[in-house]
Amino acid sequence: MRLPDFENRLALSDEILLSVDKPARYIGGEVNAVYKDKKKIALRFAMCFPDVYEIGMSHLGIQILYDMFNRYEDVWCERVYSPWTDLDRILRRENIPLFALESQDPIREFDFLGITLQYEMCYTNILQVLDLSKIPLLSKDRDETCPIVIGGGPCSYNPEPIAPFFDLFYIGEGETVYRRLFDLYLETKAKGEDRASFLLRAAREVPGIYVPALYETTYHPDGTIASFLPTAPGVPAKITKEIVMDLDRAPYPQKPVVAYTKAVQDRVVLEIQRGCIRGCRFCQAGQIYRPVREKSLERLKKDALELLEGTGQEEISLNSLSSSDYSHLKELVDFLMDTCREKNVNISLPSLRIDAFSLDVMGRVQDVKKSSLTFAPEAGSQRLRDVINKGLTQEDILQGARMAFLGGWNRVKLYFMLGLPTETPEDIRGIAALCNEIAALYYDVLPKEKRSGPVQIVASTSFFIPKPFTPFQWAPMCTKDEFTHKAGLTKHAIHEQLNQKRIKYNWHEADLSVLEGVFARGDRQIAPVILRAYEKGCLYDSWGETFRYDLWTEAFAECGVDPDFYTVRQREKEEIFPWDFLDCGVDKSFLWKEWQKALRQEITPNCRQACQGCGAARFKGGVCLEKREGAAV
Amino acid sequence: MKIRIKFSKYGSLRFIGHLDVMRFFQKAIRRAGIDVAYTTGFSPHQIMTFASPLGMGMCSLGEYMDIEVHSHQGAQDMKERLQAQCPFGIDILSVKALPEPEPNKKVVSAMASVSAASYAAVWKEKGRSFCDYSGQCADFLAQEEILVEKEEKKGTVFRNIRLGIYELKIEDDALLFTVDASSSGNIRPSWVVSRFLDFIHVAAPDSALQIIRLELYTHQGDGPERTLIPLDAIGEEF
Ligand code: SF4
Repeated sequence: MRLPDFENRLALSDEILLSVDKPARYIGGEVNAVYKDKKKIALRFAMCFPDVYEIGMSHLGIQILYDMFNRYEDVWCERVYSPWTDLDRILRRENIPLFALESQDPIREFDFLGITLQYEMCYTNILQVLDLSKIPLLSKDRDETCPIVIGGGPCSYNPEPIAPFFDLFYIGEGETVYRRLFDLYLETKAKGEDRASFLLRAAREVPGIYVPALYETTYHPDGTIASFLPTAPGVPAKITKEIVMDLDRAPYPQKPVVAYTKAVQDRVVLEIQRGCIRGCRFCQAGQIYRPVREKSLERLKKDALELLEGTGQEEISLNSLSSSDYSHLKELVDFLMDTCREKNVNISLPSLRIDAFSLDVMGRVQDVKKSSLTFAPEAGSQRLRDVINKGLTQEDILQGARMAFLGGWNRVKLYFMLGLPTETPEDIRGIAALCNEIAALYYDVLPKEKRSGPVQIVASTSFFIPKPFTPFQWAPMCTKDEFTHKAGLTKHAIHEQLNQKRIKYNWHEADLSVLEGVFARGDRQIAPVILRAYEKGCLYDSWGETFRYDLWTEAFAECGVDPDFYTVRQREKEEIFPWDFLDCGVDKSFLWKEWQKALRQEITPNCRQACQGCGAARFKGGVCLEKREGAAV
Repeated sequence: MKIRIKFSKYGSLRFIGHLDVMRFFQKAIRRAGIDVAYTTGFSPHQIMTFASPLGMGMCSLGEYMDIEVHSHQGAQDMKERLQAQCPFGIDILSVKALPEPEPNKKVVSAMASVSAASYAAVWKEKGRSFCDYSGQCADFLAQEEILVEKEEKKGTVFRNIRLGIYELKIEDDALLFTVDASSSGNIRPSWVVSRFLDFIHVAAPDSALQIIRLELYTHQGDGPERTLIPLDAIGEEF
């Protein structure tokens, strides 16, 4: 009898794999995973998403870089994610080093460990990955045998709270200068130059690279920053983000890795554009990805077909900050609907504005009875929506809801933020009133026999967190008690509505938001707190079940850091922010003007209506060069 | 047309679950360009059923799934296309057409028709063998009661699995056995292995042994006429 192969070539024993939840997270070997011959490779890169596998595998940015790096013949890029808490305990107990999925080799043996920073609440998981890999947590303690630890992604637009943990950061879009960085690394290695020399040369020679060890901060007595300057000649005082101007010529994975276990995004993702024309004042993505750059319809059609063929996925989803603003949306959707009908593929269309066009499309691609309609007014009153520059009026929402009800929908989801600058109790009551009005509209529009059951409204609120590079970066954030009070007020106001039985209200705990607020606008003083919290056992902070606010509070106290300094304080115009040495293309003076306009409740037209001269036109492309009527610049 | 596909599962894919295998095949079938049938309505799904889920960590030489296709270019072509989409750890062993159901009768799906399963258990440690114990198989089967504990709502209950063990023997290094795998009487292979180890006074953790499913069977006839036949024996070449 010939028995099938059951030899274990994995980093973990059968016994361990059988004792943990979802062992498929740790075995690699997924469809489209890339395997190379180690002996023919000059540079090994471990790409890490510091959260659990199913979340990390769903991230588009990693798939793009994984594909791009593996197209280089001399580079092998592999993946690593945070082990879940069950395996975390076992790795520590058994002293097993963290490994990459493909080769199952220890991360410690790699040339680079790249960590993507998608949200602040993953910061303790970064330390977990370093720790389990047996890489010293602080850059200054690493020797020549350690991988170079590099960070990238949206949170690197304020890297300071985690700066001491990284050797360097890549600021901006990954497609542009990684090859130059790799070549420099290989060159310094061949010449026998050491780690410090590579880092110095990277800071000097490669645009978009930030090496925290080469900068020094001084502080005013009140704790604000007095200066932030490079300590070596030739190192730039200001670092401009990297950006891809022609997305049509940028690589895009035709065969992304497909997980065996169900990933959060179990579908192919078609990125249609980067950036957003809207300029909502609370939104960081709307600023740091400026200007808007679209992919051509031709390229997208080709990408869509290749992706479906290369993965066999049963669903395709569009990715962008605001799909409705894509110039060729109608043609693209028509094409996808034809293709998908033929191939039995489902289409999902997130981030579409609710209007006649989107309702028509959604009515054709999904079961209206099972789906719900989503609005994100973000604020309850028109006054406050003007403050945040959310160009969605009460009439837009009611008109959208009316059409949807007539089209057969009876479920509506609404997203709001609490704690926005200038918010009053009146604005909060506006949330309840708007929900009630939508519910009432349902009964107005539809006679009894046309209704498919009662209307269901779900209102969700999150707490507003001021983010760097937004007009609200100067704004104070609410305290935990204020947040809790506001959520209570919302709940109470909803209860007072006539249709309160039809309205469900969800809100988050405030603890997490406060912490996120500290990390978002924190400086280097925060790093010791993160380190201390990790040592105390904080991990997976974005997961309700593992979040330990008590330990965080202790960590702040023990490090003598006052979280209020970073959150509730209103900033002056002249204050130097920890992230001011980065240049995302949008000028600080533009953001200040927007902040002042916000306080006057003045709205700003979007990039297509009239250019506001934000500064991003210097990249010479995208929406900035589009012809439009009434351009201001 | 209904197709029955037999496949193996081994290597590191021992650690992917039953639903993962299903998701894998849904995508592999698409990539292979097989003209598979879908359910109608919003969010169509491939018409696909699997026989008897395999426990985590086990290998198999006898996994089955049934699909439905609109058109094809022969079994060999389908087998090759599908094989080309399989990673190390899954091989397509056979592709057969299921007979058209007689009027008023439904074809029994892969899932519902399973009556028995055969397994091999081997030591993972190289050179370790069951062969010294071959003399004890008959004595093991001569027992009237072979009890296993089962956790149920009421608490722990005991179940006698003796009658569900149809065959047990040692060949080469492996312990081979065939057991009831019907939905009402399903016997887990780990039960048989642990009772046999007890019987021969050998203590070992579960992970010391590799269990391999060898075949799934359906049956023909009843009573003394009853014979077990592999699930793909009722399929035809095409
Ligand atoms: S420069 Fe003008 S068009 Fe370009 S991103 Fe800024 S506001 Fe928009």
